[in-house]
Amino acid sequence: MEVVMRADAKVRVESGTESSPRGPGCSLRHFACEQNLLSRPDGSASFLQGVAEKSQERLIRNTCEAVVLGALHPRTSITVVLQVVSDAGSLLACCLNAACMALVDAGVPMRALFCGVTCALDSDGNLLLDPTAKQEKKARAVLTFALDSVEQKLLMSTTKGLYSDAELQQCLAAAQAASQHIFRFYRESLQRRYSKS
Amino acid sequence: PSAGVKGITVEPLEYYRRFLKENCRPDGRELGEFRTTTVNIGSISTADGSALVKLGNTTVICGVKAEFATPSTDAPAKGYIVPNVDLPPLCSSRFRTGPPGEEAQVTSQFIADVIENSQIIKKEDLCISPGKLAWVLYCDLICLDYDGNILDACTFALLAALKNVQLPEVTINEETALAEVNLKKKSYLNIRTNPVATSFAVFDDTLLIVDPTGEEEHLATGTLTVVMNEHGKLCCLHKPGGSGLTGAKLQDCMSRAVTRQKEVKKLMDEVIKSMNQK
Repeated sequence: MEVVMRADAKVRVESGTESSPRGPGCSLRHFACEQNLLSRPDGSASFLQGVAEKSQERLIRNTCEAVVLGALHPRTSITVVLQVVSDAGSLLACCLNAACMALVDAGVPMRALFCGVTCALDSDGNLLLDPTAKQEKKARAVLTFALDSVEQKLLMSTTKGLYSDAELQQCLAAAQAASQHIFRFYRESLQRRYSKS
Repeated sequence: PSAGVKGITVEPLEYYRRFLKENCRPDGRELGEFRTTTVNIGSISTADGSALVKLGNTTVICGVKAEFATPSTDAPAKGYIVPNVDLPPLCSSRFRTGPPGEEAQVTSQFIADVIENSQIIKKEDLCISPGKLAWVLYCDLICLDYDGNILDACTFALLAALKNVQLPEVTINEETALAEVNLKKKSYLNIRTNPVATSFAVFDDTLLIVDPTGEEEHLATGTLTVVMNEHGKLCCLHKPGGSGLTGAKLQDCMSRAVTRQKEVKKLMDEVIKSMNQK
């Protein structure tokens, strides 16, 4: 199985995403998803959450490869195309979420779902989940994690900046808690979609 | 464990599993043991700084050349550090001639991130005259033999080469506005931290082994690289997909990374001391 990634980055600036309120009991910004909006591909999803680089493509690809049951589809190529509509921070995490929802929409068998969460550490050591672009720029360190849905294990991680071991564990714990919200969202949106049809 | 030689070609994973069950690996190492690390500093006389690092069979050479450049308008008091990793066909049969493949690009990006995150050199130190002249350090890393764990070898080679770089003193002549280079007066770079990379391979979703060889990387279900400096701060946690890890397993990796950082720093200090004594 070969997972090929092409991430086009045509960014359309959307105003108002910076000031959207955070949901109650959760420090992630508001997110929404629309599935099956493109007719040509087998599955598609548009994930709105508050890469054109090879390195980012490889991270996303390797995360997908870890969960997709490739052995069930030999001699098959799965192409995931991610188009950035607008970037208001936490781009990689949003890409991961979109990739997961698209794979689900396409009916690709997976051993678990995965989600992306970004944490930022500012100069005072405060933890910010799902930072905006401005917060990311000012932060001392930005950590992006991909977690699986079964045991919230760490599938992928990429970090920028300097931080200590204790801060890493703190961010990971916060990300694991936040991932529950995202997985619940996946479940609800899929239930809604299939209850209509 | 007695495993026949034919085991490795017919069923490599089974062959490895038989060793891992006994908590060791086919080359006799334990799960947390690194291969023999050797470093040779200053071997390339035409470069401003160089280092050759061998991690077992994996060999990476780093050459640093310093040139003049105009600082960019949005950062007039900063110089540049430009790393480039080259994985030529001579180091492994998996690489072809032509433009850099994905592995080389990803490794170059990794080294650039380590330099940026660890602040190993403050770019302000490379500025000669704000807005007019600054140093640009071209760090070329070439792999001569690829046997796994390229990230650790590249990071170590880069650090050692940068410690070897000597920049001549540059003064701007006020009358002619030209730079005058005094080759007789050279000074070392101000290296602020010593980031050291420790790589792990994940086997069968559970077992973590340190410093994987080429064969082990191929059979692994995931990899993890931790870059730590001497203050216990992490500048990079690179885990490009692969099997999941719990927080506890990550903690074990951190402690191994701390020990490795001390080992590497000690080795480098010894080599530099022996060079300065000559």
